[in-house]
Amino acid sequence: MNLLHFLSQNREQVLELTLEHLWLVGISTLLAVLVGIPLGIVSAHWRGWNRPVLGMANIIQTIPSLALFGFLLPVPWLGDRADRLAILALTLYALLPVIRNTYTGIRGVDPAVVEAGRGMGLTDLQLLFQVELPLAFSVILSGVRVAVVVSVGLATIAAAIGAGGLGEFIFRGLAMVNNQLILAGAIPAALLALSADFGLGWLEKRLRPR
Amino acid sequence: MLGEQNMEPTPAHGPVIEFRDVSYALPKGQILLTGLNLQVQRGETLILLGRSGSGKTTTLKLINRLLAPTGGEVWVNGASTAESDVIRLRRSIGYVIQDVGLFPHYTVEKNIGLVPRIEGWSAERIHLRVAELLHTVGLDAGIASRYPHQLSGGQRQRVGVARALAADPAILLMDEPFGALDALTRDQLQREFLSLQQRLNKTVVFVTHDLREALRLGSRIALMEAGRLVTVLSPQDFLRSQDPLASAYVQAFAGGLDSLTNRGAS
Repeated sequence: MNLLHFLSQNREQVLELTLEHLWLVGISTLLAVLVGIPLGIVSAHWRGWNRPVLGMANIIQTIPSLALFGFLLPVPWLGDRADRLAILALTLYALLPVIRNTYTGIRGVDPAVVEAGRGMGLTDLQLLFQVELPLAFSVILSGVRVAVVVSVGLATIAAAIGAGGLGEFIFRGLAMVNNQLILAGAIPAALLALSADFGLGWLEKRLRPR
Repeated sequence: MLGEQNMEPTPAHGPVIEFRDVSYALPKGQILLTGLNLQVQRGETLILLGRSGSGKTTTLKLINRLLAPTGGEVWVNGASTAESDVIRLRRSIGYVIQDVGLFPHYTVEKNIGLVPRIEGWSAERIHLRVAELLHTVGLDAGIASRYPHQLSGGQRQRVGVARALAADPAILLMDEPFGALDALTRDQLQREFLSLQQRLNKTVVFVTHDLREALRLGSRIALMEAGRLVTVLSPQDFLRSQDPLASAYVQAFAGGLDSLTNRGAS
């Protein structure tokens, strides 16, 4: 088959673009987790925060990705390097599932368990780390899983602003009307998404509280 | 026997818990409790009896400050709860609720040992304490490594009681602890509660809507209705009371027994 032939002939470049892709997705997911989980915790605990935080994340989600990359281009420090910009955009998109699932997971903890913990004299932080977060963990993880799968797809578009990743093959293929080239980017990207989905799904099932 | 590690020094005289003209209203203004004056003496089991919405659970939660009074003061161990360290206060009071609220991700041993662990007890001491408590509440030691979902309702509630007793609090608050259990298990746990109480001599405040349970377990019964304390009576006096609400309770209770005997006679 021609495609396999192409992939094996260009395996160094395929590998390089795949690693770039993973890097974009990995860093942006990490940032989304670092920002999104605290925001989810805050909105689950303070009523006033819930609407603005989730509302913002929702609005970000509605901006078309190509437009978002374009909007961010003129921003001084960000626009200097395409990968910075791509990471920020991907982070913003990954926020919603992470925030929403953290919120849902914590809100879903049995009120009796929380009341018992509070009645026993757990401080708010002890309650959060000993009870709420462990019990919400699998729900939060499923949010991260959604974020990763979405990011793998979105990151292909980052190539449009020169951030690299498997999208380069796709855009090059589009320009040259070369289906093989398009598939050389699309198939590894799909495989990445599928294996991330499967791996995190497996972890989620294993860690689900009984 | 249980160790002597009460966390708060308690004065030898006077009530352990005292409500001084306490009221509680929701932020939106709905009044749940008003003008409550009540004293709980050392070693007694005070029953808060009433319908749902009568304010009994609210009263209970004011003691460990899960709720803060909107008027008046609650005194526990000779200090106003408003001026106490709320975390210390709660750790010095055992709390048992109907839904038990065991931590589903922890084994029985970790559930019971949580507060001791947070308090910095050694692992060995916690282990011994858990074994002792399981014995106290009539559970097999082998249950320690199980998770809550592997237990029956009665076992769960026993673990809940053991957990509340873990740091040996002088006060125990119980909110319809046996309400969700089947009649036989409830009967058994009530009996065990009585013998436990004879040995441990805790100050207990016990919420129920079941007169039978109130008469059986209580040293005194505080009858509540629509956010007010109606009367406080010993179980004997409660049965003879002329108070319309109290006698309504007794009649409803006796009515059940009567219809049973009548059916037997006919």
